[in-house]
Amino acid sequence: MRSKGIAIPYVVWMAIFVVVPLILVVVYAFTNRSGGFTLENFASMSQYASVFGRSFLLAFVATVVCILLGYPMAYFLARERGRLRQMATMLIMLPMWMNFLLRTYSWVFLLERNGFFNTLLETIGLPKLDIIDTQGAVVLGMVYNFLPFMVLPIFSVIEKMDHRLIEAAQDLGANSAEVFRRVIFPLSLPGVLSGVTMVFIPSVSTFVISRLLGGGKSLLLGDLIEMQFLGSAYNPHLGSAISLVMMVIVLVSMGIMNRFGEGEGEAVVL
Amino acid sequence: MKKNGFVSRLFLVIMFLFLYAPIFVLIVFSFNDSKSNAVWGGFTLDWYLELFQNRTVLDALQTTLLVSILATVIATIAGTAAALGFSSMRRRARTACLTVNNIPLTNADIITGVSMMLLFVFAGQVLADLSAWLNELSVVESANLWFDFEFKLGFVTLLIAHITFDIPYVILSVLPKIRQLDPNLAEAALDLGATPMTAFRKVVLPELMPGIINGALIAFTMSIDDFVISYFTAGSQVSTLSMVVYSMVRRRVSPEINALSTLMFVAVLALLIIINLRQARQEAARARDRRIAGRS
Amino acid sequence: MKKTLALIMSLTIMAGLLSGCVSTRESDSTDTDGSGAEATGGVVNVYNWGEYIDESVLTDFEEATGIKVNYQMYDSNETMYSKVAAGGAEYDVVIPSDYMIARMIEEDMLEPLNFDNIPNFADIDPNLLNPAYDPENLYSVPYMWGLLGVIYNKTMVDEADLGSWDLMWNEKYADDILMFDNSRDAIGIGLKMLGYSYNTTDENQIKEAVDLLVEQKPLVQAYVMDEVFGKMEGGNAAVGTYYYGDYLTMVENNPDLGFYIPEEGTNTYVDAMCILKGAKNKENAEAFINYMCSTEAGLKNCEEIWYSTPLMSVREELDPEVANDPYAYPDEEIMAKCESYAGLPQNILDLYDSEWTRLKSAT
Repeated sequence: MRSKGIAIPYVVWMAIFVVVPLILVVVYAFTNRSGGFTLENFASMSQYASVFGRSFLLAFVATVVCILLGYPMAYFLARERGRLRQMATMLIMLPMWMNFLLRTYSWVFLLERNGFFNTLLETIGLPKLDIIDTQGAVVLGMVYNFLPFMVLPIFSVIEKMDHRLIEAAQDLGANSAEVFRRVIFPLSLPGVLSGVTMVFIPSVSTFVISRLLGGGKSLLLGDLIEMQFLGSAYNPHLGSAISLVMMVIVLVSMGIMNRFGEGEGEAVVL
Repeated sequence: MKKNGFVSRLFLVIMFLFLYAPIFVLIVFSFNDSKSNAVWGGFTLDWYLELFQNRTVLDALQTTLLVSILATVIATIAGTAAALGFSSMRRRARTACLTVNNIPLTNADIITGVSMMLLFVFAGQVLADLSAWLNELSVVESANLWFDFEFKLGFVTLLIAHITFDIPYVILSVLPKIRQLDPNLAEAALDLGATPMTAFRKVVLPELMPGIINGALIAFTMSIDDFVISYFTAGSQVSTLSMVVYSMVRRRVSPEINALSTLMFVAVLALLIIINLRQARQEAARARDRRIAGRS
Repeated sequence: MKKTLALIMSLTIMAGLLSGCVSTRESDSTDTDGSGAEATGGVVNVYNWGEYIDESVLTDFEEATGIKVNYQMYDSNETMYSKVAAGGAEYDVVIPSDYMIARMIEEDMLEPLNFDNIPNFADIDPNLLNPAYDPENLYSVPYMWGLLGVIYNKTMVDEADLGSWDLMWNEKYADDILMFDNSRDAIGIGLKMLGYSYNTTDENQIKEAVDLLVEQKPLVQAYVMDEVFGKMEGGNAAVGTYYYGDYLTMVENNPDLGFYIPEEGTNTYVDAMCILKGAKNKENAEAFINYMCSTEAGLKNCEEIWYSTPLMSVREELDPEVANDPYAYPDEEIMAKCESYAGLPQNILDLYDSEWTRLKSAT
């Protein structure tokens, strides 16, 4: 029965399709078009400081909003009894199956100048909203798309929580606010941490949402990278360097966060 | 925990509205007899007819389903095997493997996509150089052979990419089930004369099944929802639905996309209902068994 | 045992992935086509601009020749270039604009055409032959051409503000302006505003133009390519800039739209069909190009996208109102105001890329 051999094909697979590609990114980042070693790609990085700043800021805002909306949602869902609770995971995952692009498109459809919302507002005599093609619309798109990634891990942690702990706290005289603050919230922290990772990383690196909802004005890191590989300013070496820097910043900040949250953050996946 | 009061219920209703209302608006406007995305011009099914004549969309739908299903099946089998292998490794090797396994999960999609594109392009160059070099060789020339290795982005690279980002999800959902496994169970089966294969099939596999199914479900969701990685690895020959929608949305907003959204939603909803009905039936059966057991 | 089996399995899969093959030389007698014999006759991979064809033409071509068309679209010359340069993609026919053709010839990315396989080339307007971007006319066959101009919504823009590129810098229309989302066109508009040539190689002039665009950025609603259709047709923006042929398409859906050629001058362009270096299906590609130059296909395309056709027989068949449209087939007075893009040296191209990134990342 004990056969670690059956993992070998996958280890080989990982080496070829996970490790080697990353090595190539590193190689590209440190070379120029003619293949020689250079640090120029990194030297020119300061020029994109504003893009880094904007990406991290917008992703941070989106993550905070996701926590503020997603935590209560998960908590209340876990408190439901019966059918709704059983179906909660499915209900949250259902929009996700509908394709990321279609979901983002639905907001283009709703928010366009003469789109659904504005026509609706106009008919009831309210002023129009100018949300489309702003950074606000980009954050909205991130929250809408990635909220399930926040709700699901928190929900699954709270749902699996040992209810005897809560009862014990109540028996010991804690009121419901204290129970939440001292028992439920600390225990659900791993769910929050994994939710943060799963919302922040796609948000900081998206290029679709910023392009469709941001009108190509709020350039994010994802746009910048895509531009260098398949977009309007071809330079895969620079693109690799930007990817590398982004990856390092993200990994370091996630590492700090998980250390801060006393590890085990990655234990929860959906 | 307390039951939900009115305010928390209201909050949940609003949140689900936020998640679903945009989709419902899309669905309603897929029947709109006007190109407008705001004004209602009467009921029509024209957009559905046009959608079904749009061969780009149909090809993409086929590619998407094929890639997602193939990738899910392969990733589920490979992931389960890998998880079993990992769990019998020594601690240090296992940690190393799991760290690498986590890379596609924690990395941004765009980096996974870009890095795999670099690999595939690089492989293509190496192979082209290799065949050129081989063709230069005098031995080859005298043997009258012609080498033409090539490797282009296409369905195969798309599939590889999907499998690569699917497997980690399967592993992560199967591993906990392996940890919960009682080792004595398999040994008991072996003692009772089962072959290792039978012991695995009859004893171990059923225990792992919930984790495997969960992993497959996540893998399928990720595959069908993916845009970024496909965008970088699909090349010129195939397009997934996401890629087609991306180019359509960028060009002109056509109600065909609404029709497509509606069909996707209905398909997914149907799947959800089937799963739920099955669960309900199983529960009912279990309840009946309990009643029978209680009576006797 | 299981271990070896798994290893062998994975190796076979890997080997199977290499769609390459070893063949004997005799079976490959053609010089241009190194692939297996089964590859010919089958397909042609076409990479064209979005909204740039009557798609029924593709079906007609397939029925007429039995060659399957694999059709994909891009939204700017630069995107197309990246995708081809990145490698791994497999296209036969691409349809870049003039300046991009010059660059691709320079970088040895195009294959000379065999004009024996393209008899319909005889129908091309002689004025468009031997152009500056392809002086000996070895690599390209014109597909469509036209003018760039300003498109505005008559209900939103005052008539007094029309006439110049500066409409796109007019603060009255802040947040209602759509700007080009590609470096050459956008920087080109800046250059024209300043009275410079599109093809300047003076780095300071280019930087000046980009400074002007950075100034414009707060007024811009969105940087767009083909998104301009939906936005202008839906009345979601007041001012945009795009090609005259596309304006004709838009005005069909929204009669409130107007078009003018800015007084500072504008761009005239030719998009031409080329075959990529090392294309697998060169003969099919030439058959495709030839078909696109037939009167039948040319007319269908022209009536779908309303760009100016280079095919003389098609122009004769067009509705006289269209064929004599002063913007679609401009006279010399208008043409005198127009300048086409030429190929630029590598250092200027790099400058375009970095300046473009500077504009896009500005706040």
